[in-house]
Amino acid sequence: MFANCFVRLRAAFLSILLITCFALPALAGPFEDSVAKFANDEFSDTEEAIGEIAASGNQLAFPIISALQDGRLSADPETKKVFITQADSKIVDATTGAAVDKLPDNAATVRLNNRLRRTVEAALGGLTLMSPDPAKRLAAAQSVFKSHEESALPNVEAALAKETNKATRQAFAEARAAILLFKSDASDNDKLEAIAVIKARGDQEAMALLTSIGSDQPPLVAKAAAGAISSIQGNLAIWSGVQNAWYGLSLGSVLLLAAIGLAITFGVMGVINMAHGEMVMLGAYTTFVVQEVIRTRYPALFDYSLLIAVPLAFLVAGGIGVLIERSIIRFLYGRPLETLLATWGLSLVLQQAVRTAFGPTNREVGNPSWMSGAFELGQITITYNRLWILCFTMAVFAILLAMLRYSAIGLEMRAVTQNRRMAASMGIATSRVDALTFGLGSGIAGIAGVALSQIDNVSPNLGQSYIIDSFMVVVFGGVGNLWGTLVGAFTLGIANKFLEPVAGAVLGKIAILVLIILFIQKRPRGLFALKGRAVEA
Amino acid sequence: MLSKLTHEIATVTRRRWMAATAGLVLGLAVSAPFAPAQAADDTIKVGVLHSLSGTMAISETTLKDTILFLIDEQNKKGGVNGKKLEAVVVDPASNWPLFAEKARELITKDKVAVVFGCWTSVSRKSVLPVFKELNSILFYPVQYEGEESERNVFYTGAAPNQQAIPAVDYLMKDEKVKRWVLAGTDYVYPRTTNKILEAYLKSKGVKQEDIMINYTPFGHSDWQTIVADIKKFGSAGKKTAVVSTINGDANVPFYKELGNQGIKATDIPVVAFSVGEEELAGIDTKPLVGHLAAWNYFQSIKTPANEKFIKDWQAYTKNPKRVTNDPMEAHVIGFNMWVKAVEKVKSTDADKVIDALPGIEAPNLTGGMSKMLPNHHITKPVFIGEIKGNGQFDVVWKTPGLVAGDAWSKELEGSKDLIGDWVGKKCGNWNTKTNKCGGQGS
Repeated sequence: MFANCFVRLRAAFLSILLITCFALPALAGPFEDSVAKFANDEFSDTEEAIGEIAASGNQLAFPIISALQDGRLSADPETKKVFITQADSKIVDATTGAAVDKLPDNAATVRLNNRLRRTVEAALGGLTLMSPDPAKRLAAAQSVFKSHEESALPNVEAALAKETNKATRQAFAEARAAILLFKSDASDNDKLEAIAVIKARGDQEAMALLTSIGSDQPPLVAKAAAGAISSIQGNLAIWSGVQNAWYGLSLGSVLLLAAIGLAITFGVMGVINMAHGEMVMLGAYTTFVVQEVIRTRYPALFDYSLLIAVPLAFLVAGGIGVLIERSIIRFLYGRPLETLLATWGLSLVLQQAVRTAFGPTNREVGNPSWMSGAFELGQITITYNRLWILCFTMAVFAILLAMLRYSAIGLEMRAVTQNRRMAASMGIATSRVDALTFGLGSGIAGIAGVALSQIDNVSPNLGQSYIIDSFMVVVFGGVGNLWGTLVGAFTLGIANKFLEPVAGAVLGKIAILVLIILFIQKRPRGLFALKGRAVEA
Repeated sequence: MLSKLTHEIATVTRRRWMAATAGLVLGLAVSAPFAPAQAADDTIKVGVLHSLSGTMAISETTLKDTILFLIDEQNKKGGVNGKKLEAVVVDPASNWPLFAEKARELITKDKVAVVFGCWTSVSRKSVLPVFKELNSILFYPVQYEGEESERNVFYTGAAPNQQAIPAVDYLMKDEKVKRWVLAGTDYVYPRTTNKILEAYLKSKGVKQEDIMINYTPFGHSDWQTIVADIKKFGSAGKKTAVVSTINGDANVPFYKELGNQGIKATDIPVVAFSVGEEELAGIDTKPLVGHLAAWNYFQSIKTPANEKFIKDWQAYTKNPKRVTNDPMEAHVIGFNMWVKAVEKVKSTDADKVIDALPGIEAPNLTGGMSKMLPNHHITKPVFIGEIKGNGQFDVVWKTPGLVAGDAWSKELEGSKDLIGDWVGKKCGNWNTKTNKCGGQGS
């Protein structure tokens, strides 16, 4: 992707590949002296050491450099001894491979900066082209594709000839094409073929490579490159539309998740609950507490921490919700203005309480491994955390809908909110149902907090950033209608994401607000207006 | 529902309003836990004006603790001029007009000799008229956009030439960056800093198409589109870097998205001006390793002064993991400068102290001697640190000596001829071309 990043590693790379290729270990100084340079704690010495070790052909070169990359290489500045901490936390001497009992007290991890990290990546790339592990060969091929270093060509061609894995073969072919494209004495035919291979790759990295070939190309090659660029551009434009749609869905799912609890408390019960955001925050803090306990007591369970946190967050936020309903809100039914002010005051109380209990700074909530990272789908990147949140939101929505539709308590809730007096006459304990409904809305907000802790800060202010958006979604979708909330959230999310690239994040947000105001003017009851007596209740 | 609500507003009675605000008052009462203390006559009062509630509490609470810690230490040494120091802590609650009110309260009611406070530029601008009118002293500890030099304010944080410009220089020279993304939160500090940086980059021959400027609202949490844009901008075949003036809470989701979309520091490094040890304490920093920050202080810098400070601070807060950061160091320097000035003139009279402060030197925690300049800014070293896996920074570059803070940027058309000089010219915006006070600032 970043074709030129590696240009200035050319010298180091050249020597590494020349030497690993023709096996001339004598060129480098004694292996031990090179390794000892790591102990000097100077970036320039570390860089020299990497070059020399990679070129040494010594079989310890790979473990040393990969340990350096992972921060497992430490050095003692006094004795100039260098040690590798292996994956099984055994410690070995880097020059001999002999096991050592423990690290000397003043041994420090060998430091890297960005420039050195690139040197390390390139060195590892050179060392692993022939690795038995296909994943490593693939990474090596990609690293060569980026650096497109001429001297790697014989190695790449040799690897390509031997390669049997289809994906890796493709990567080697692309790496070879990238080298040929930049090789000054390659024939026009080779270059045209190379352009075809890179064009087929069709992503942003391919485009970066093609745009950086320079203007001194033969006309035929230049023309082919220009054609390939415009074809890739057209392709990428389509994908960017798909990407916006995906981002919109993802933003919509976050909006929906935050708003879904409010759709119950505000939408169904009519309580303007300004403390809704704080229920989300409490859910996020529950996740934090769960993770803390797991970290200290049961580290093996870390990947399940979110699953454990979901029911707990529901109970914590739901319980507090019931408490709030019983102690404050039930005295304020039918007085929206007072409810608004009281719940707003309550939100400040809750924020400050959390601030006092946990401190004002952000708390670290880790991402379990299955929530980290991303995968490529065509030309777009889909991050796992967003994907899971989308799935989770839909699951929560479906469960809530089913509960309201099919369960006894759901039936009672609907009865009470639609016609309180008649429900009471039928023998439903309306005040108990009120408390449970409010608790349900709050509990769902707590569940939302678990998911949002994965993408946002866990701080006492967490809730504030979602409360306005949540009201926007519920009002836009139509008060009292869960389906309206769903459609409202996704409409706003997708509209926002298509506006953002054009208008910028700030203007995009303003534009959305203006659109909603205009829409509410036209349809005061939102997208899906409830009809019938509930409206007058 | 909404029309019903407006109807309610119109008809609500006064009694009902009062009943309804009960919850509200309760909320506010909790958010102001520190009442001004009564003082005896033989103490010198020091005002602390930092938000302890609201959005800025995340950053400012630590600075309140820092001043309390410094006062505690000073009192152990016998105070100043034989008098004990006494802190008066107020909570402006991240509410900009409240900053002005609380500042007035500190100066007129509590009669403090000096105030240490503010974080955001807008809060500083809000208290400025109060300090001018009542002639008191404010020490402002945070890096800011510059373009200001006031008689009553002493700026101990970095001006743009002490943070932003050296950081860009580093990226240009060491990382050979050719394409620049200037990403910031949409308010005065990022906008001015980016204006200065854009002018500076262009003066270094960077073309307009190689600069992408992007602003986001406060607390922005959905970074997918912007990170994808940065990725696209960075794939034009030239080394690209992001210069981030993204403020506060928005940083965490930004870095998380960068990590998740697989943008590594070796591909596109991000250099941040508002991300320090305190901010990193809230995130898993493993995916961020290698991204950069530019500050005048890092906790990881090994000097005897810094090691002692960290030890004492952690003992004072009874938290062995408590981190230190750049604005804290600014308060340390400012506080010591103020103490020295008060001891020099043997008085806490604002005019005398203001005149005594320029020229006063105080050690910073990184081994140098910072000096208060006539423009009320100080000299500081500049460090570039790379984020490590443990939430600390590894210094990869530093300026050879201390850098003098420019009140007025040399890069901007409107301010390049201006200087602040409260010693010779008695003027905060002296125009060196026309030799007149009262030049134009932006």
